[in-house]
Amino acid sequence: MSAKSLFQKVWDDHIVVAETADTPAVLYVDLHLTHEVTTPEAFSVLRSRGLRIRRPDLTLATLDHSTPTVPVTSLKDLDVVAEPAAAAQIRVMIENCHEYDIELLGFDSDARGIVHVIGPELGITQPGKTIVCGDSHTSTHGAFGALAFGIGTTEVGHVLASQCLLQRRPKTLAIDIDGKPGPGVTAKDIILAVIARIGVNGGTGHVIEYRGSAIRSLDMEQRMTVCNMSIEGGARAGMIAPDDTTFQYLQNRPMAPQGEAWDAAVTRWRNLPSDADATFDREVTLDASRLTPMVTYGTNPGMAIPIGEPVPRATDASARKALDYMGVTESKPMLGMPVNVVFIGSCTNSRLSDLRLAANLMRGRKVASSVRMLVVPGSEQVKRAAEQEGLHDVFRAAGAEWREAGCSMCIGMNGDTAGRGELCVSTSNRNFEGRQGSGARTVLASPLTAAASAIAGQIADPRLLLPQ
Amino acid sequence: MHKVTTVQSRTIVMPQADIDTDQIIPARFLTTTTRKGLGKALFADWRYDKEGKPKPDFLLNRPEAAGCKILVAGNNFGCGSSREHAPWALLDFGIHAVISTEIADIFRGNSLKNGLVPVIVDKATHGWLVENPGVEVTIDVAACKLHLPDGRAVSFPIDGFSKYCLLNGVDQLGYLLEHADAITRYEHTRPWKP
Repeated sequence: MSAKSLFQKVWDDHIVVAETADTPAVLYVDLHLTHEVTTPEAFSVLRSRGLRIRRPDLTLATLDHSTPTVPVTSLKDLDVVAEPAAAAQIRVMIENCHEYDIELLGFDSDARGIVHVIGPELGITQPGKTIVCGDSHTSTHGAFGALAFGIGTTEVGHVLASQCLLQRRPKTLAIDIDGKPGPGVTAKDIILAVIARIGVNGGTGHVIEYRGSAIRSLDMEQRMTVCNMSIEGGARAGMIAPDDTTFQYLQNRPMAPQGEAWDAAVTRWRNLPSDADATFDREVTLDASRLTPMVTYGTNPGMAIPIGEPVPRATDASARKALDYMGVTESKPMLGMPVNVVFIGSCTNSRLSDLRLAANLMRGRKVASSVRMLVVPGSEQVKRAAEQEGLHDVFRAAGAEWREAGCSMCIGMNGDTAGRGELCVSTSNRNFEGRQGSGARTVLASPLTAAASAIAGQIADPRLLLPQ
Repeated sequence: MHKVTTVQSRTIVMPQADIDTDQIIPARFLTTTTRKGLGKALFADWRYDKEGKPKPDFLLNRPEAAGCKILVAGNNFGCGSSREHAPWALLDFGIHAVISTEIADIFRGNSLKNGLVPVIVDKATHGWLVENPGVEVTIDVAACKLHLPDGRAVSFPIDGFSKYCLLNGVDQLGYLLEHADAITRYEHTRPWKP
């Protein structure tokens, strides 16, 4: 038998009908995650055709995107705090889940949160699964050795009705990252360096496998940060081979297999890593020991540089437009640029370890008076765990706002936005024009860099604040 | 889905690279629960000023853009999110095909499922289209050819299945459901269950 990559093993395991020259493969989906924004039209199509949901037990729903991050305990609250359209969308989601018998982790659940945070923390994200969601950051779940990718609303309907998708086999891209990152260099800096290297379209048509000693030594939350941003390099999915770190994270989580089923699952999962002689369509290598904290300077995530280095000169009209929008100066570093808003949150960097990193830097320090700072935990579980450690007190004492779980200012759909012209240092994943609010300017960075910048009131190198 | 055999029109040219789905339709318009009427939100942050008035110098607001069905865009069009609202907004506005040197994966898949034709061409052809905005071109889906006004016919790739669906207005869900028995068999015989 020929050698197979991790991707190839998971792909082959889910083929219901094989691909031919004329027809795509029918690929089975093990877990379908849903939220309020990309599903209403899919349910409408099912309803108009009189179709049932094939496997409601394999779909899990939550509320995160247009959901307020101020406390909501009832639908009455929702109408007070949310925009009418957002409130209506959330109501439609609740009604659809009720009508079609789909489990919804809504306002009455202590497990509600960002869809890519709750899957792993509940243990329903598992190695070897195919996982899809109407959200491009579904790539996050690949950190567990799952084949996980974002789909459109039409495909959400396909999964609901058939539990399958029509797919062409993508190409494979191995990204090998070796070396030990220095102090103050996080998983976010690694993935920003990867995207800067391959470009925002470098992974188009490919599934990435991240390998190497730097990846192996990351914990699961850091691996999720890396895989999360695969789509920012154009790849629909990014995967990391499951190992003992993966199994330790999953063991005893409520939706993970238990007892004998756990042992059987781990035995199966141990066969998933790429065979030693598996080949990839492309390979890229990166030395993590040479990395520094990264920041973006333009309007896509590929426009990222080491924090101390000068902004590259614009070589074409698109780059010129990006620099003009951002108001940055060519050949000068981003360091020292005045900051108006700092956002810590999103499916990229809102987990407990992210909040700890930021809080440890901010303990005993104050957010600059010119800065508004929002800290939004990724889930209700993350929020409770952070509060048990007193992290919320650290943020509040520093002058930051501590919110309820949700996507919040990453996408700015729920009223949490940065103002026109404001510069926001954000731990999220996209620095597109207006992403965080019309006319707002986004600088992507790690939780450490975001926290350091909040204190300084300007873009700041977190390494200067780390204990020596 | 409606049948798409040819798209014939003058072109609108937006040469900027990496136009993302947040530009095509900003997230604040995604609180809708229907795909209808999104054309007014297309490129909203580029198209309207702070007061919501159309910016007269923006391409889509110019008189020559009226009636154009084909958008020529810079490399890597449609990168970013999975929002199907992006092709919905383009179609509702009246754009039925996008020509670029590269089109992002999820946007491309979403487009094909809605009858918006993604046309990938070589750099030279793209460069010519960018330098000659407003020319009348014809996209022949059956032949996978882009016909330029100077008589050139440029090939572009579309996989056979997607082409069949476009030409015949075939809805992919119907095709998928024809495999219900195979899906059941798979569910019963696979060695482990999710």
